[in-house]
Amino acid sequence: MLKTFPKGGVHPPENKISAGIPIEILPLPGQVIIPVCQHLGAPAEPVVDKGDEVKAGQVIAHSKGFVSANIHSSVSGKVLKIDKMLDASGYKQTSIVINVEGDEWLDSVDRSNKLIKDVSLTGEEIIKKCAENGIVGMGGATFPSHVKLSIPPGKKCDVLIINGVECEPYLTSDHRLMLEKTEELLTGTTLLMKALGVSRALIGIENNKKDAIKKLESLAREYEGISIHPLKVKYPQGAEKQLIKALINREVPSGGLPVDVGTVVHNVGTAYAVYEAIQKNKPLVERVVTISGKDMDKPLNLLTRIGTPLSKLIEHAGGLPDNTAKVVNGGPMMGKALGSLEIPVTKGTSGIIIFSEEESRRKETGPCIRCTKCISICPMGLEPYLLMTLTEKELYDRSEKERIMDCMECGSCSFTCPANRPLLDYIRLGKANVGRIIRERKQ
Amino acid sequence: MNKLLTVSPSPHEYSRESTKKLMYGVVIALVPAFLATIWFFGWAAIIVTSVSVVSCIVFEFLIQKFILRKKPDVSDGSAIVTGLLLAFCLPTNLHPGLVVLGALVAIGIGKMTFGGLGNNPFNPALVGRVFLFLSFPVQMTTWPVPKGFKTSFTDAITGATPLSVLNENYDKIAIDKLMADPELAMPDYQQLFWGNTGGSLGEIAAFALILGLVYMLVRKIITWHIPLTILLTVTVFTGTLWLANPAANADPLYHLMTGGLLLGAIFMATDYVTSPMSRKGMIVYGIGIGIITVLIRRFGAYPEGVQFAILIMNAFTPLINTYMKPSRFGEEIKNG
Repeated sequence: MLKTFPKGGVHPPENKISAGIPIEILPLPGQVIIPVCQHLGAPAEPVVDKGDEVKAGQVIAHSKGFVSANIHSSVSGKVLKIDKMLDASGYKQTSIVINVEGDEWLDSVDRSNKLIKDVSLTGEEIIKKCAENGIVGMGGATFPSHVKLSIPPGKKCDVLIINGVECEPYLTSDHRLMLEKTEELLTGTTLLMKALGVSRALIGIENNKKDAIKKLESLAREYEGISIHPLKVKYPQGAEKQLIKALINREVPSGGLPVDVGTVVHNVGTAYAVYEAIQKNKPLVERVVTISGKDMDKPLNLLTRIGTPLSKLIEHAGGLPDNTAKVVNGGPMMGKALGSLEIPVTKGTSGIIIFSEEESRRKETGPCIRCTKCISICPMGLEPYLLMTLTEKELYDRSEKERIMDCMECGSCSFTCPANRPLLDYIRLGKANVGRIIRERKQ
Repeated sequence: MNKLLTVSPSPHEYSRESTKKLMYGVVIALVPAFLATIWFFGWAAIIVTSVSVVSCIVFEFLIQKFILRKKPDVSDGSAIVTGLLLAFCLPTNLHPGLVVLGALVAIGIGKMTFGGLGNNPFNPALVGRVFLFLSFPVQMTTWPVPKGFKTSFTDAITGATPLSVLNENYDKIAIDKLMADPELAMPDYQQLFWGNTGGSLGEIAAFALILGLVYMLVRKIITWHIPLTILLTVTVFTGTLWLANPAANADPLYHLMTGGLLLGAIFMATDYVTSPMSRKGMIVYGIGIGIITVLIRRFGAYPEGVQFAILIMNAFTPLINTYMKPSRFGEEIKNG
């Protein structure tokens, strides 16, 4: 029996259309838009001015504070402007717009494909280099990696977990990375182990990526302490807490972090970025993005420079089909629907999924029949139907007691509801209000 | 690329499950019991069932249109389920007029007064049945002897149910003597299993009801928690009584297969709207129904107690929902 997390979960249609398509390098765009905040935490501060010449790999915005990340130019060229530009959140954020001229990189960056397996740096140096190179979590949460790697005093970490689950339907960027950059990924994992000072790393992969599991298993033997763990396909297994539970059977307490149970989770994309940063001196300036959708001409996995407008990726993949109604940044379960295609690829962009009019239509909502399906699928053991009702009635004290803040917005409840009730929409509204009340109380 | 895009919050993918599919799933699960009852009661079963289903649909439609004044929609199938379940716990020779009255109470008072689907605290079919049972006790406890399509509608030849015989004779005649009495012709296990016995329309054939249960479990329409807890509680309770004094108590298997227990445990107690939400709550609810059923059957004035047990526990459902929470992921951090 394959391992998985025990509580809740759903199995949406996998639709991994682009799983068999090798990573392709997207040609350089004419212009890139690089937001100074592509991570969780404080926005970075621009250190270039309008008209400056920049090279690829050069720092263009400096991190501000500990929980923040450096931003590097992904191209060479001239800074056109520093302005508020629309990003995937739907808000305008300070961004550095660069007109691309040629493709010149900083001399320190090693762009060859040569594999470097030997690790010479100490743990502290690795963490420092992660911070310098702007490494953040590539699974979507974009939490600065150096923060995660610095274990707070009084806490202990004894095992590293590498997240290769990719439980969202359609997305295949992590899958391709595991298949095509296997050794780099394993070296990256070794680096992360060293930074954390742990002797054990577990790579969890859902069993619908058998080729990647096979390849990793055969190569991981040469790496000490790394083991590969196939997992039963179940959404949301890629969520940190669920993955930890599935792999090492520890439960992260409500409101706590993985380090509270002695572990740290990093995405496979992050492990690869760490490899490039440490062994190749290459900052985080590009990433693999899946472009997919049932009606797309050619679904692709594209190695894309950060800041490339999404329209360029879509054009490369054959353009938007005529019946397009929705473009989603991320997977279909947790991704954000976009209002514009001129939004840039950022460090957390794992995929762009295109939905047809038919797929985008929400069905008519009926009354709650108390079928209990939302409770049985909630991976956090919450009662979505109740949280929705409490939000409708604005009973926020009660919602807090019912642990509304534990909700990670995986969307399984709305996915499952036979009456098509917008459960998560209301829970989000409730969370926003309860969060506000908690903040006010603390002041 | 100047297309207007739809922007909506996630998730962007939905399952194919729907209220309609769940309701028709229950209807399909009731088909074996319906076929069995046609085999034993013939036209009578068909007439009572169709009158009940049609009146439930018509009343729901009329109440939505003329009293609630909203766009009537009875396509979700819930009225059909209520109609079937109401028919299934009525005697086959009940006058069609009374069936219509029962349907009016079930849909009108049991369901629509509370706002329709999803809002009723009590199982509508049982509300209808109990109303008829208390208002027309004679008609509601006169059961025809099953004779297939030769079963007479108005004929006075009626048989008692095994539970009513037991109820009249507890603590008077030893059970083994009752069972052996040729005049009473108490059905054996085999007759109970296949359904060749007196009783309400849909409750007689144990195998057909169990088939329905298996179907609903496989289709994941219901979970095992409620029906199995009820049946297990009844088994344990009646088993204890039986072991303590076999002469004065029927054995657990006899209890499980007689009366409306299977119909109630599988189809009535599992009604989504009126049963608890959490797994723990379902188990408490099931134990409650099991205990009350046996108490009424063995020590109460009525031979059968399932319908009252379910209605009583329906009343406890909101309380159970308040105290029986699903187990949350991750213990809370103190002072966190």
